[in-house]
Parts: sequence; structure tokens; C-alpha cells
Amino acid sequence: MELYAVLQITWWLLLGVLLIGLAVMVGMDMGVGTILRYVGRTDLERRVALNIIGPHWEGNQVWFVLGGGAVFAAFPLIYATAFSGFYVVMLLLLWSMIMRPLGFEYRSKLPSAAWRGTWDWALFVSGLVPMVVFGAAFGNLFHGAPFHFSWNLTSTYTGSFLGLLNPFAILCGLLSAALSVFMGAATVMNGAVDAIHERARTLARLSAALAIVLFAIGGIWVRGMQGFVLTSSPAPGIAQTPLQQAVSLVDGAWFGNFHAHPLLWIVPMLGFAGMLLGLLAAGARRSHLAWWLGAVAWLGVIGTAGVALFPFLLPSSSMPAQSLTVWNASSSQLTLTWMVGFAAVFVPLVVWYTSWAFYVMRGKVKAEHVAADEHAY
Amino acid sequence: MHDITVVDLSRWQFALTALYHFLFVPLTLGLSFLLAAMETVYVTTGKPIYREITQFWGKLFLINFALGVATGLTMEFEFGTNWSFYSSFVGDIFGAPLAIEGLMAFFLEATFIGMMVFGWDRLKRGQHLAVTYMVALGSNLSALWILIANSFMQAPEGASFNPTTMRMELGSLTQLIFSHDAQAKFVHTSIAGYVTGAIFVAGVSAWYLLQRRHVELARRSFRMAVLFGVLATAGVITLGDALGFIGGQAQPTKLAAMEGLWKSEPAPMPFNLIAFPSQQEQLNRGQVQVPYALSLLVTHSLDGTVPGVDQLEQAAAARIRDGIPAVSALQALSAHPGDPAALAQFRSHQKDLGYGFLVQRYAADVSKATDEQIATAARDTIPQVAPIFWSFRAMVAMGLAMLAFFVLAVIYSMRNNVEHKRWFLKIAVWMIPVPFLACETGWLVAELGRQPWTVYGMLPTWMSASTHSVGYMVFSLIGFVALYTAFIIAEMYLMVRAIRKGPDEPHASGDGRLINDRSQAARVAGYAEG
Repeated sequence: MELYAVLQITWWLLLGVLLIGLAVMVGMDMGVGTILRYVGRTDLERRVALNIIGPHWEGNQVWFVLGGGAVFAAFPLIYATAFSGFYVVMLLLLWSMIMRPLGFEYRSKLPSAAWRGTWDWALFVSGLVPMVVFGAAFGNLFHGAPFHFSWNLTSTYTGSFLGLLNPFAILCGLLSAALSVFMGAATVMNGAVDAIHERARTLARLSAALAIVLFAIGGIWVRGMQGFVLTSSPAPGIAQTPLQQAVSLVDGAWFGNFHAHPLLWIVPMLGFAGMLLGLLAAGARRSHLAWWLGAVAWLGVIGTAGVALFPFLLPSSSMPAQSLTVWNASSSQLTLTWMVGFAAVFVPLVVWYTSWAFYVMRGKVKAEHVAADEHAY
Repeated sequence: MHDITVVDLSRWQFALTALYHFLFVPLTLGLSFLLAAMETVYVTTGKPIYREITQFWGKLFLINFALGVATGLTMEFEFGTNWSFYSSFVGDIFGAPLAIEGLMAFFLEATFIGMMVFGWDRLKRGQHLAVTYMVALGSNLSALWILIANSFMQAPEGASFNPTTMRMELGSLTQLIFSHDAQAKFVHTSIAGYVTGAIFVAGVSAWYLLQRRHVELARRSFRMAVLFGVLATAGVITLGDALGFIGGQAQPTKLAAMEGLWKSEPAPMPFNLIAFPSQQEQLNRGQVQVPYALSLLVTHSLDGTVPGVDQLEQAAAARIRDGIPAVSALQALSAHPGDPAALAQFRSHQKDLGYGFLVQRYAADVSKATDEQIATAARDTIPQVAPIFWSFRAMVAMGLAMLAFFVLAVIYSMRNNVEHKRWFLKIAVWMIPVPFLACETGWLVAELGRQPWTVYGMLPTWMSASTHSVGYMVFSLIGFVALYTAFIIAEMYLMVRAIRKGPDEPHASGDGRLINDRSQAARVAGYAEG
């Protein structure tokens, strides 16, 4: 295999790692935001929930920023086409996301109940909406999006905003939200005691059960769907544009990679195993274990989508031959090489000091500490 | 084909969101280092007053930081959402520094900021100090990578166009990182942040001194800030001069606009101190000139010259004519990849490809472009002179005013009589908005001056935007304006409130007045401890 193709696959895998990192780390904070008003009945209880992730949300959020940056650097054509095509959805994602930093920092700076209540709703919206959008975006990849390119690769999107909210996309959005609620609930269980802990436990079990059902329905749905098949294109590892290929639509084609390599069934199995065991672990109050099982579930879910779609990244429903793949949307060999180098050095470093930060802040967050601590959110 | 209204609205949106983001970034850059310096004094001397100082400014730092982070998210996504052709055309180069920024810098800053806020009781003194330095390091590395990316737009180095993939590709990462423009711009901009931090701390401290509140904290903060500030301001001005020198060579059109230079003149060239440039007539009204000064300023010699608009337009017209065959060849290559005749034609005109794109705005089929269309495209290469001319003068004037302020402040602070110069303390409070305005005008000079290009000489702005409808752009503009307005009101309110409330002093009475004796006591306690 060409070195370039190896690098492209490496970056496809790294993108998966970053998206899983995003889903796990940002997803847990968003889950806490989504369930904030339920697990915390009083202002103090809500502050306890917020302060569990208080020292970490800022760092976790960088997974989101890095996700954007990595797609830009490694697959610029995806960044350009998807972000502009999904314009209104991206804005909803962005606008809800940018309320979050203020929700954390500003909420408890004033004693007014109206002020705090407003920010609690802002945290709810900025927790739920991005996770639904995140999942729905994945869902739309299976249908493809209506875009095409001109001679110089200017992309034009011909779909509407509502077209992105099709039933399958909504299903994926709900799955994503359910997993994020599970992670958020496990996090709250981990850091809180008594009533808050109990409410989080209820939500963890509910959301895990819901995720199992949604993931199963999604699988069956995709089986009956038309998938995209690359029928001719320049060989992988040769520099190319999306103007040089032929693509056909075949029923059930998204299962093709699993049929060709049965070992890959492990990936969706991991998803189911993570959710099911996560449900049991939450029931048994093993919140730490439940969190890790939730991470495994994310690995399984995102991995399943990636494997099903490969080598497609963003299929075009209006001009299937111009679909974007790992082979035609990536950066040059030099850029991919440098970026692999930087990722190899810095991702482990980031994981190391993030772990240290969690270690320093370990333990339960108590209401009396939050009330007394002037640095608390 | 691009709708020019959409391109203009996309430019407005980018400018507004970037200028807004850039209100918060400089203060983060400067204050993070000042915090590290304050905490260093705390850890080395052990005086509790410095812990109090660090925590108080840390609180203000966070209010500002939250909005900087929030609006930074917009910037990370806006290239893709609104400048999609730009993103696919140069993403191979431009995306890398942005991704590295996330990996190397933003993670560092954001992870340790949580430790900085929540770790006071959980970390040892030395550990916490290290954490604060990591935050400062992270925010400054962040600026480094963003400005490397920006410098690629200003003076593209280390990249070339690949006709096979129809985009620009990285040739050398080291060339990209170590471009002269990137180096000068990083130092100029990050130090401008230090100046902003210094003015902010000095101004707020002066307000406390005027109110005779928190005097001990304010006096010490003031002195640290102005010492930091006088060095930083000298640095900004020096590097600004270097940047003008480097940037003037890389972008002669920007330099001509900054100086209102319509006609090329023989050396030594006079400097337009005041002028009212007219783009239409290509001349200045009511100009006040300083003889010899322009040659000295921009070429650092008396016999140096720089080209005026007249020469630059002529040169652009020639390059447009040379770029037209490059665009035609590229169109042929898109239909027939690898066609040898088209490839040969492309190679011989490649260097002016971007200029060929310029005229495509007026002639979709560039091979049929008329002389008039070429002349219009050549005229486009001159950015809007008046706003650049005045932004530049405003920035320099504010820079010099801040230098004068800091020099006086250091003198008064060292003589220990700044508290008695109430007129000066009042000036210090009024200085607070100045560095923010200076940073904004600096952005305007750099980015308005880059027009009509997104990547200078390579990619015109009109091609770079996403192909949205006007309706989408109106929707997003309204959304940003509404949200950002609400945010700035909340931010300013909390900031002013936190400043009015002042630091939590363990011995202070409710409003913190009459603090003199008590801080005297605290100081004695501090000495005893140290």
C-alpha cells in the first residue's frame, strides 16, 4: 500500500479517536447540563452538580475545538463542505455551545434567582442541542447530503435546513443525547451523594436502556437503507479530487464492510456491551465503572458508523459521484505526516495532564463546601 | 457563481465576530502573565498580600476569559461555515496551525485554568504556581499558532498550488512557522496583549487609589503593572516598526494604503501626517506632510522609495494578463486531468494564478476578459485607503500615548507619590479603553489592508466565501448581533460589579474603606511570615 494511503487511514482512525474523545469528554459535561434541572432541585444542589465538572469542563471542551481543527487540517474538503452545507445546524450548534462558558462562569456570580434560572436553562439548551445536532449530523451521513462541486471545487449545497431533520437523523440525535445523559449522570453519581446521586442513578439507567433500543432500531433501519458503493476511482493513495469517480447506490450496502470482514462485528457489539453493562453498573452504584462503560459504548457507536461508511466520509445525495471519501478529501501527504507527528506527541501528553487534573480534584463534592468556597461556580 | 452581496455580508460577519473576539484575547494574554508574575512574588516572598492580589486579578481574568473562549469557538467554525472555498483551497496549510493550536496550546491553557481556579487548596504553592505558568504559556502559544495561520494569509510562504488536487498544498512547515511576518506579528500582537493587561491592572488600581480603597493591593498591583507595561509598550512599538518594514515588502498595496500614497515619488519621500484620502479620485485632500519622514520610516534610509498606487495598479494589470492563461489552463485540467498541453500552459503562468482569479469576478470566461474588466480588477487590488490610513494613525497615536503614560507612571510609582497625583490617577482610569481600541485598529489595518485577498496574491476574497443565500447571511448576522450584544452586557456588568466589590480582604469592613491601617497590619504580618 502507498504510504499516502496508510497516512489517510491513520488520520481516519485518529479522527475517530478525536470524535470519541469529543463525545466522551464534552458529552459528559453536556449531559450534566441537560440533567441539571432534574438532578438539582435547589440552587445549592445544582451548584453541586456544576462544581463536579467545574474544574474540567474548560479542558474537556477543547476536544470539540480540536475536532473542528483536526477535520480542517486532515480533511479540509469535509470541513469546507459539511460546515457550509449544514449552515443553519452549525449555527444552532455554535450558538448553543457559546452559551456554555458563560453559563458556568457567570451563573453563580449573582444571587438573583431569575439570573441563575436563566443560566440553568441556557446550560440545558447548550447541553441538549449540540448533542442532538452531533448525532443528527452522523445520521445524515448515511443518507448523504445534497451538494455538488464546480470545476474548481467550489461546493454548493442545494438542500434545506428541514431536510437535515429527517427521521433517521433524529433517531441518531436522540441516541447521541441519550449517551451524553448517561455519561453526565454517571459523572454526577461519581461526584455527589444522597438525593442528587439517586436522581442521577435513575437517569443513568433510563438513558442506557433508551440508548440500547435506539442503537438497535438504527441498525435495522440502516440495513434497509440504500448505501453508497465506490465503483471506480483513482487508486487509494493517489492524489485526486471528487470529480474523478463513479458511485452507485445499493440496498443494504452500508453493511458491506461487515459482511466482507466479519471480525468488524466486534465494533457494534462493543457498543451494545458498553450500554448494557453500563446500565447494570449504574444500578449497582458502580459509577466509576459505569462511566468507563459509557466511554466503551461511544467507541462502539462511533466506530460502527465509521466502519459502515468507510471509505466514505460525506456522501452526496444529489451527485453521488462527487461523494467525499478518505481518499479524495484528505490533506496532502506532507500535512498528514506532520499532523501524525504532532498528534503522537501531544495527544498522550494531553491525556496525561488531564488525568492528573482529575486525580487532583478527585472525591465527592459536598454542598457545604460549595456554599463556603469562594472559587466555586 | 458567487453573489457579491453574500461575500460582503460574510466579510461583515467575519469582521464583527473577529473584532469582538479580539476584545477579550489581548487581556487574556497579558493578564495571564501578570498573574504568573504576581504569584511568583507570592511564592518567593510568602507575603499573603500577593496571594490576595493574584486571586483578585484572577477573578477578573476569568470573567474576561469565559467570553474569549466562547467567541473563539465561533472563529474556529467560521472558516468552514462562511469561507468554505477558502477552507478547501488552503486547508492543507491553514488547517494545520489551527489543529496544532488546539493540541499544543488550548488544551494546556484550558485544562490548567480549572486547576488554577479550583486548585488553591488542593495544590502545594509551587504546584499552583506551575499551573498558573502553564495557563500563561498556553494562552501565548495559542496566539503563536493563530498568528502563524494569519501570517500565511498575509504573506503566504511554504506552500504552492497543486493542479492535480486543485488547491494549495504545504511545501514546508518550517518555512510556514518561521516566516518573518509570523515572527514579527506574533511578538507585536502578544506584547500588545501585555500592554492591555498592564493598562487594565494599572487603571483599576488607580481607581482604588482614587477611592482610597484597598490601597495596599492597588499600590503594589499598580507598580507591577506599570513596570511590565513600560517594557511591553516599548516592545510593541519596536516590533510594530519591524512589522511595518516586513509587511511593507510583502504587501506594498497595504503600505500604500496605510500611508495614503497615491503617486509614486522620488526619494526622500514625505510622510502624510494628516490627509483625507479619496478613493474615487485617487488623491488626498488637506494633507499635512513631514518631509523625508516616509523614506526613513518604511525603508530606514533617506534614499529608499516605496511604490504608490499608480505603479501598483499598473503592475497588477500586467499580472492579471499573465494570470488569465493560468486560469484557462486550470479549467482545461479540471475537465481533462493531466492534459500535457494545459499543464505546460499552467506551469508557465502559475505565479499569477491568483491575479487571473481577480478578473474572473467580472468575466466568468477569463479568456474573453476586456481591457476595461482588467482595469477594474487592477483597481480592486488597492484596498480602501481612508479607513486603513486613519486606523493606522489612531493605533500609532494610542501606542505613543500609552508609552508616555507608562514612563510617567513608572517615575511616580518609584518616587512613591503616585497616590498624591490625583490628576494622573484619573488619567490612568481613562486609559483603560485605549489598548483595546489600539488592538482593534491594529486588526483593521492588518485585515482591511490585505484586501482584496484572503491569501495575499493567491486567492481573492470574492471567491473565498461560501455559496450561501442572502437570507442565510441575514439570519446568521442577526443571530450573532443579538447573542453577542447580550453577552457583552452580562460581561461588562459582572466585570464592573466585581471591580466595585473589590478583593475579599479577610479584615476588611463591608465596603473595604479605611483599609490603610489594616493593610499595614497585613503587611507586617507578611514580613513576619516571610
